[in-house]
Amino acid sequence: MPRKLPHKDVAIIGLGWTGSILANELTDAGLDVVAIERGPWRDTGTDFAISYAQDELRYRLRHELFLRNSQMSVTFRNNQSQTALPVRSWGAFMLGNGVGGAGVHWNAETWRFQPTDFTLRSHLTQRYGASFLPADMTIQDWGITWNEIEPYYDMFEYLCGTAGQAGNLGGKIQAGGNPYEGPRSRPYPTPPQKQGYGHMLFAEGAAKLGYKPFPQPSGNMSQGYTNPLGVTLGPCTYCGFCEWFGCANNSKASPQTTVLPALLRKSNFEARTDSEVTRINLDNTGKRATGVTYVDSSGEEYEQPADLVLVCAFSLFNVQLLLLSGVGTPYDPNTGQGQIGRNFTHQTMSSALGFFDKDKYNFNPFVASGAIGMIIDEFNGDNYDHGPLGFVGGGYIGQVQTNGRPIESTAVPPETPAWGPKWKQAVKDNYLSTINSGGACHGSMYSYKDVYLSLDPTYKDRFGRPLMRITIDFHDNELKMSSFLTDKYAGILQAMGAKQIVKKPRKGPYDVTEYQTSHLNGGAIMGDNPGNSAVNRYLQSWDVPNLFVIGASAFPQNAGYNPTGTVGALAFWVAEAIRSQYLKNPGPLVHA
Amino acid sequence: MPDDHRYLSKLACELLLGAALAGWPLAALAAGAIDTQDFDQVQRGHYLTVAGDCAACHTLPGSGRDFAGGRIVETPFGHLVAPNITPDPRTGIGAWTDDEFVNALTKGTGRHGERLYPAMPFTYYTKLSRQDALAIRAYLNTVPAVDNPIKSDQLPFPFNIRLSMAGWDELFFKPGEFKPDPHKSAQWNRGAYLTEGLGHCGMCHTPKNVAGADETGDALQGYALQGWFAPNITNEARRGLGSWSVDQIAAYLQNGENGIAVGNGLMAETIHLSTSHLTDADAEAIAVYLKDRPEDQGKQQAEAAPASSPPDQTTMKAGEQIYADECSGCHTPDGKGVTGLFPSLHGTPFVQQTDPTNLIHVVLRGALGVATKAAPTAPEMPAFAWVLSDDHIAALLTYVRNSWGNAAPAVGAGDVSKERAKLDERND
Repeated sequence: MPRKLPHKDVAIIGLGWTGSILANELTDAGLDVVAIERGPWRDTGTDFAISYAQDELRYRLRHELFLRNSQMSVTFRNNQSQTALPVRSWGAFMLGNGVGGAGVHWNAETWRFQPTDFTLRSHLTQRYGASFLPADMTIQDWGITWNEIEPYYDMFEYLCGTAGQAGNLGGKIQAGGNPYEGPRSRPYPTPPQKQGYGHMLFAEGAAKLGYKPFPQPSGNMSQGYTNPLGVTLGPCTYCGFCEWFGCANNSKASPQTTVLPALLRKSNFEARTDSEVTRINLDNTGKRATGVTYVDSSGEEYEQPADLVLVCAFSLFNVQLLLLSGVGTPYDPNTGQGQIGRNFTHQTMSSALGFFDKDKYNFNPFVASGAIGMIIDEFNGDNYDHGPLGFVGGGYIGQVQTNGRPIESTAVPPETPAWGPKWKQAVKDNYLSTINSGGACHGSMYSYKDVYLSLDPTYKDRFGRPLMRITIDFHDNELKMSSFLTDKYAGILQAMGAKQIVKKPRKGPYDVTEYQTSHLNGGAIMGDNPGNSAVNRYLQSWDVPNLFVIGASAFPQNAGYNPTGTVGALAFWVAEAIRSQYLKNPGPLVHA
Repeated sequence: MPDDHRYLSKLACELLLGAALAGWPLAALAAGAIDTQDFDQVQRGHYLTVAGDCAACHTLPGSGRDFAGGRIVETPFGHLVAPNITPDPRTGIGAWTDDEFVNALTKGTGRHGERLYPAMPFTYYTKLSRQDALAIRAYLNTVPAVDNPIKSDQLPFPFNIRLSMAGWDELFFKPGEFKPDPHKSAQWNRGAYLTEGLGHCGMCHTPKNVAGADETGDALQGYALQGWFAPNITNEARRGLGSWSVDQIAAYLQNGENGIAVGNGLMAETIHLSTSHLTDADAEAIAVYLKDRPEDQGKQQAEAAPASSPPDQTTMKAGEQIYADECSGCHTPDGKGVTGLFPSLHGTPFVQQTDPTNLIHVVLRGALGVATKAAPTAPEMPAFAWVLSDDHIAALLTYVRNSWGNAAPAVGAGDVSKERAKLDERND
């Protein structure tokens, strides 16, 4: 029997970006909040200190900061005809763990989606006609509009101190910014980061071709910044150890560097770490959550009663908890019925290597940051006419080379032997003069009937709970798009003066061992009625109104941007809805 | 309701009568001594208790038992344990009379006339007004009584003979309430009262003689204790607060951060428990008073001599490279740091103290900045003990202490290894 603990107003599952933002907002509202985090406590000076943080072997190759597969894994297959197998070492995506969640190891590329991304199906149908979309594509509108979400993007950017150049201030296009962004209410809180030679050369090449390059919005600071909670971040040192690493300089926006110092001072907040929530408890009607059950590092099981339960784990695990707890109806790909697990998406990443004359070009690639880079947005979303192209979607294209870390930065021309003295010489010859932008083409991935999450029938975790099973493959629409974007990018490399270009468009089938990004989305999507979504526009469960499911799990499909900006905006949006509507009148905020 | 009011008055009369019959010092009560019904007195007492930082010694951190004692107080002569000052009649001070309390605070006498050890800062509290001392008592009467017997005296022979304290008092203790200086402003006098009395700043910041008493001639010029060096807080230009404005000193006390420095080490706790709760007026008064603490010209000249011979250039070059590799990321290449986050090393007193203990300490062990409501960030500096050798640290610190206009004596590898050995034995 689990030990029953004293009641709390709010139980939050997971203390990453969304958990810490919600905890801070709801403790401000006077509620007694406990956050239950599966992984360890983490802080800058003690867990990724400047004296050892830049350790590529430990953090990049051996996955120090990530969820251990022995604690929890997932199973994977490309389609329903296959038997899924467990992932024993992370590959295509990295799953965060511990306090701060993925907010510790992200690159801090802090994007907003486009206004049309939120009304995607309506928009594309209106412009190209319903028959233009593939029959099995299940994209849909989010149930919110740009004007509704914009103020919450702003809150997240000012929390983080995002460094960037506005491109559209209240409808007026700004020179040097992204002319395709939705109208913003005010500029970024800090100016853009400095750019390296390779990044600036890309901007020149892009401008030559008539594009409008702009600096990538960055959660790596261009200068010191004190946010509205009074928490201070320092300027980035361009050390090039961002993604996969914690920032040792307090210069990457994370829960640790923006929220937790203020949150931890509050007497109505408590965090319990190394404690894994095993299920959300429902009363006998199944319509009300009574709290959560979790297990601590001693194996002791506890029941934490709460009036309000916020599911703030990583997207995959949000969905897994709903399925394990019997919230909502599991998605059935054969009938299209059921909402939990539906519209799972990832990203469609591609790139090209640009080899330059080593006697003329020295890019010093090790001087970089996670969100450094010059970008063009001409081929994102629906910024261009898809009519003649026969696909939908797109992505930003940029020189976003984030590091020159020695183990990973060994790009060599394809004719080079794979090992031996010739390989070594080629690495040496090309290290400083190669443009190797891992996420050069940050393509969208739209949702499909046969890409989804479900509980695995065979493989179980240490508690005997079924693992999350991912069924995913690329569809022609995305592969065509990837090829198109990669060609555009290669064109810019050409304009930059590359002597050799090796295009690497995304190819099927989806490979779970090849890293793309950690942008997993959907499975508990938002929408305007219970027939098309798991949660309403406030990310409140249609089935259990005192349960909110917050994060990228709510994305109906993925756009051609990094998701964290939108995840942060949704967290503030939900917090506001709870504070101004739910607490006054607990119950469904949208009546179906 | 009028009836209730009359009833309460009657009850109060009966209580007072009862008190008189029970032999309570009714006269004293009537004459403005402790009045448990007086909200203002209790609140003022709370403020004074915080300003005097009584909890630093009398509350064991993490115990959840305010003022129940039990914290070890380190002295050069051995350990004392701070007693229980909750109102518990048996193990606390509940049974003490007000006079016994005031005498302990301001005269250093125990309940039965025995001498207290001056780890209890009665040499400072003697400057308190009786009114303030009683307000502190009034507040302490309101905290939960905790049954927690403490054996305070854990000193080795011969220091455990309390009688010896009589001679000490004779030599070093000048009892007497604070007398305002009529030539100074009310603000200056308030600052003096807080600094020299209730705040007992000199307990850490004033050098001590062999008997552990303040070297009053060198007041507030800095003192090494508990693995740290409480820096010079006179107005001396280089090592003291000469380069800080009144506002910067007040901000440091209240926020733990003033754009130059971030409170750490022992001061972090003092800021957390005490000075961050000071009123703006009191923080500013202390700053005004400290800005008027004269620098010690003679001593400064004498100590400047070793630094005036420029440090060895090979050492400086090595230090510069270590600084670039290990330190410049946060403290920036020009040593100015980042406001609110990474302390400045550029012309700041912290790095130019004659005694380099603090610098060695933070490089070896790292440091945790204090978090306050105004500045919640609490930046951390990681430990470098495992990264840098004694030679490296000596070169690095010599470089930091003699760059960007800084000047201070070089640090030797021997200094670092001594400090390393001492810190290895500390479990705090």
